[in-house]
Amino acid sequence: MMHGGGYTVDARIRWPEWLPWIAALAGFFLLPEYLSLGARILIYILFALSLDLILGYAGIITLGHSAFFGLGAYVAGIVSAKLGITDAFVQMAAAAAAAGLLGALTGAVILRTRALTLLMLTLAITSIILEIANKATWLTGGADGLSGVVVAPILGAFRFDLFGRTAFLYCLAVLFLGWLLARRLIYSPFGAMLTGIRENTQRMHAIGAPVYWRLVGVYTLSAVMAGVAGALLTQTNQFVGLNVLGFEPSGELLVMLILGGVGRLYGAFIGPVAYLIAQDLLAKQFPEYWYLGIGLLLVAVVLFARGGILGLIDKWMPFSKPAASAKASAR
Amino acid sequence: MDAVLETRSLCKSFGALTVAQNIDFRLRPGERHALIGPNGAGKTTFVNMLMGALRPSSGRILLGGDDVTRAPQAQRVKRGLGRTFQINSLFRNLPVLDNVALAVAERRRIALRMWRAAGSYKEIIEESTQLLATLGLAGDLTTPIVDLPYGKQRLVEIAIALGLRPRVLLLDEPAAGVPSAEAERILQLLEKLPPEIAILIIEHDMDLVFRFARRITVLVQGEVLLEGTPQEVARDRRVHDVYLGEQHHG
Repeated sequence: MMHGGGYTVDARIRWPEWLPWIAALAGFFLLPEYLSLGARILIYILFALSLDLILGYAGIITLGHSAFFGLGAYVAGIVSAKLGITDAFVQMAAAAAAAGLLGALTGAVILRTRALTLLMLTLAITSIILEIANKATWLTGGADGLSGVVVAPILGAFRFDLFGRTAFLYCLAVLFLGWLLARRLIYSPFGAMLTGIRENTQRMHAIGAPVYWRLVGVYTLSAVMAGVAGALLTQTNQFVGLNVLGFEPSGELLVMLILGGVGRLYGAFIGPVAYLIAQDLLAKQFPEYWYLGIGLLLVAVVLFARGGILGLIDKWMPFSKPAASAKASAR
Repeated sequence: MDAVLETRSLCKSFGALTVAQNIDFRLRPGERHALIGPNGAGKTTFVNMLMGALRPSSGRILLGGDDVTRAPQAQRVKRGLGRTFQINSLFRNLPVLDNVALAVAERRRIALRMWRAAGSYKEIIEESTQLLATLGLAGDLTTPIVDLPYGKQRLVEIAIALGLRPRVLLLDEPAAGVPSAEAERILQLLEKLPPEIAILIIEHDMDLVFRFARRITVLVQGEVLLEGTPQEVARDRRVHDVYLGEQHHG
């Protein structure tokens, strides 16, 4: 599934697109002891989806996407632990707003640059946020992390339980909404326009698109989505640590998306699943060397499967070929 | 008659290198105007300044009587300026239809819509399809550009610009790199373009220039050497020396 969107593509949901949701529900019932890993995977899928919007579709290269994830995580935590607001949706809205604001402000500055400069600036921004979180101990708990996060039962009815059932379903529901929105966006004229910017910025200028503003717009949307993912992480863990910020989570996310397949929508689903399960298995077996396994996996993908795991599936599975709409080809 | 596009003493230099020097240029509504000159005369630089891709060192650019010297490209396009590129600048991995539809969507201001699927905007698809049909590309709508023969790619260049419904069209060597039989077809299509569009064409093929243009500006080393009708230009001794002569010799 290329999921490139555009004007000749049939945007209706095809049956393989329901598979992730069926798999998630099956996992919920069949693997109850893995629900906390499952929730973590769902959160990272949402995070990866937000990265795919800007990297895979608009072609914005970044090593600083954790800035929005981390800010969202901290804001949700601070709203709960310091302000005493326990409503899950208020925490999430605050996280989304803060991340979106940071996205708009930093995007407006850095999106005038490109390529390596842009990469370094994104990295600088998440490093700055990390340093702030580290130093502002009165607010963030610094290196000890922020504990005391309380989340009231969702909709007043679903309490976060010890087994992670509520957390899993809550993350799944939020991810589902995020997926619906992202999918709409990708298939819309806006998505087609983003693909145009990625394909040929010069030409987009020449057909009258204010490219810079469009990039700031999608960067902000993506930041909001990453912020929501961060809030989910805080709410399910009831804790925030410094490890949500800086280079490491950004790089990890990029590796996940490349593993899954960039610019394919469902690469953002497969990547975190493969990465986090591999991490879980390898870390138990080889606690010191498991990064080597991930590294080898990445090398293999870059050498033999440039489209990621999803690219391989595209090659071998007949159902996943993009179908040109009958309307356009019949004319 | 008022000019739709005008430059007043337009200059551009990169350090010590002057690529445009006091260019005064007027393009009238519906005019067919050619810009010729030897390699390195500054023709493409001139077009890039007109479009806003390059900022002039000094001088002014007027579009429809308004000063757009400092306006970004997007604003100039919205005021009716369209261009094609000398070297194909297309969305290479996208289907032919999308290449044009992106331009039509910008003009119709639906490029920011985020909810409905792009394919459900019938008016965009219909207009793009009709435009491509007039250029003989009706059979290639879903073909990605990479799979399209070069001559047809040149037509898509023109189709994208026409999708903007420009009042002024800048054609930067529309037949560059195309075999002469196909160049002839491109010329025929250009001759059929709506007469109300003012066209400035940059071209090396002298037959094409003399058939198509009613006025010709000769640019040499960033300066206007001469402007006149094709007959006047063909008779001019200096033009022969710096340009036509060079071609005849080599």
